[in-house]
Amino acid sequence: MSSKTDWTWFHRLGSPRWFYETTGRWLPWLGLLTLLLLGTGLVWGLGFAPQDAKQGNSFRIIYIHVPASFLALAGYYLMAIAGAVGLIWRMKLSFMVMKAAAPIGAVLTFLALFTGAVWGKPTWGTYWVWDARVTSMLILLFLYLGVLALQYAFHSQEAGNKASAILALVGTVNIPIIYKSVDWWYTLHQPATIKFTSAPSMHPDMFQPLLVMILGFYCFYAVALFLHTRAEILRRERKSSWVRELAIKEAGL
Amino acid sequence: MSKSPLLKVHSLSFERDDANVFAPVSFAVEAGDIVQIEGANGAGKTTLLRLLTMVLQPSDGAIEYKGQSLDQCRYDYLSDILYLGHQPGIKLTLTPEENLRWSSPGAISSAALANALQQVGLGGYQDVPCYSLSAGQHRRVALARLLTTEASIWFLDEPFTAIDKQGIISLQSIMQRHIDQGGIILLSSHQDLALASVRKYSIEPHADRGLTL
Amino acid sequence: MSRSLPNGFTAYLKRDLLLAYRRRGEAASPLIFFLLVSTLIPLGVSPDPARLAELAPGIIWVMALLATLLSTEGLFAADHQDGSLEQMLITPQLLVMPVLGKVTAHWLVTGLPLTLVSPVIGLVLSLPAVGIAPLVASLAVGTGCLSLVGAVGAALTVSLRRGGLLLSLLVIPLYMPVIIFGSAVVQAGIDGFNWLTPMAALGAMLGLAVVLCPLAIAGALRLVSSN
Repeated sequence: MSSKTDWTWFHRLGSPRWFYETTGRWLPWLGLLTLLLLGTGLVWGLGFAPQDAKQGNSFRIIYIHVPASFLALAGYYLMAIAGAVGLIWRMKLSFMVMKAAAPIGAVLTFLALFTGAVWGKPTWGTYWVWDARVTSMLILLFLYLGVLALQYAFHSQEAGNKASAILALVGTVNIPIIYKSVDWWYTLHQPATIKFTSAPSMHPDMFQPLLVMILGFYCFYAVALFLHTRAEILRRERKSSWVRELAIKEAGL
Repeated sequence: MSKSPLLKVHSLSFERDDANVFAPVSFAVEAGDIVQIEGANGAGKTTLLRLLTMVLQPSDGAIEYKGQSLDQCRYDYLSDILYLGHQPGIKLTLTPEENLRWSSPGAISSAALANALQQVGLGGYQDVPCYSLSAGQHRRVALARLLTTEASIWFLDEPFTAIDKQGIISLQSIMQRHIDQGGIILLSSHQDLALASVRKYSIEPHADRGLTL
Repeated sequence: MSRSLPNGFTAYLKRDLLLAYRRRGEAASPLIFFLLVSTLIPLGVSPDPARLAELAPGIIWVMALLATLLSTEGLFAADHQDGSLEQMLITPQLLVMPVLGKVTAHWLVTGLPLTLVSPVIGLVLSLPAVGIAPLVASLAVGTGCLSLVGAVGAALTVSLRRGGLLLSLLVIPLYMPVIIFGSAVVQAGIDGFNWLTPMAALGAMLGLAVVLCPLAIAGALRLVSSN
């Protein structure tokens, strides 16, 4: 199959071995950056940022809650895109990335829901409230669980990957629809007493640590994704010569 | 009149779960040819037939129909083939006549359908719902398609399954007639065919699979 | 086997309708489920008409959703087992046409009867009379969405044993916007607001589903055959 443009860089991108070796070089730095950002953000946000006028100290949970929600949603899109690339260009590596992204995203969604509940108790007196944001997060969790379940339901790895990719893509189209509908549904039914404030006008002193945390979470996501994908690569390519050589080297033989 | 091959296969291979199923397959088939695909159980005969009917996409290699790659002539190619797989592909809630009418091209008369069913040994059963028939009779309903189809290329996966001796003889004569009219048949079967000029093609499982079949 | 181009849709539509007719008992079970469960609600909740009226729009919609979900599993299962799916994949026309034909037949056999019976259920659950028209309208369009989206799940799980439970897990999150707007249409009708607004959203969802779902279904059916 000859093509006029030189696609070697693209095909190299699809090589599991290349991915493994390149991420191997990046990981130590990325890991360090993650620790730095998360550490700074947590200490700053939990310790030094000013107290909120209304909520006191309990609002500090947003330093975990908000980045987790961002990543949960972004992670779903990344998973869907990886699935699409895998389907269209039949890149195994892309499917491995998709497969790795699913559990990470699911855990982040759960973390967002959990921290949201922890936030809810002191703020509104209840752990759970069916407001727009929480409900959308819950549906996102179900979408992730569906993709995960489908992955492992098939005997054939390939069929599982392709099915999950299709489901992830269908979910992607649905996510804006779900968010919009839930938002609309909530405004329709919103009881007058409870007003769920997002981060509308945040004082910069509160906002800056949040930014640091968001960046830190992105780096953390990248680290987790690379680690998980690398493990998947080793598992899938275990019969190939480069993996064997690597194993021998690691074992110190 | 040039005898260019109607169907040509170049180095066809298919990967499933990171292993090639069979060693690369290449052959050419011309009008009037009958090719019997041989191989041990699990070698990949059904996979090959599925690749040839475009149900599966090959990992490598090409298939050409009348000189064109299949992607370019998909509609014409698929309109010209008939595939009988392991399952009969009939609806049990319907009668043999209804099933055959569904599978037959265009508007076909009840008389023609009844005639076809007669020839496969189901005369008198046209209006009996298929759930009352045996597995062998289901097979015969599927085989009746061979008599009403206009397709020139037939792909038959183990067509003699569950057919009795008389049925085998009549099926082989149907196949002979098709070949004589310039059609092509590719079939997989463990049986030896009592037909003239049957080409045999053997497929081997790929070394990837590490099998000894 | 070739189906001439214009008939890909109608051929499969007609055959599926004929098959459903031959197995009328089975085809009617979602409807019977819908009717039976509507008697569970007063028993489980309260016979008080005021309370029932409050809950009726949502409950009827949830029941319609569950009834549709029940029948969706069988959409491609029989075809997969008897080899008809294989034949469908070899059709020269685009696979989306037979797929649309089958899903339309599914809606005609499941969604439409539910829609037609819903005024009766509304009556039984003390739905105010002004809510009947929006109920029927929302179900007519909404069950179309449910059939289409459910078919995506059915196609993805067709080759799995016990795929039914997994099908529910996959499809219910995708159903949520439909139920939000569907019950909102009825509620708006009861409260005296313009119910055509949420109805338009429902219609838009149906339009999107008609265009996108058949592609997803066809893709899923093709990949299932690789096993």
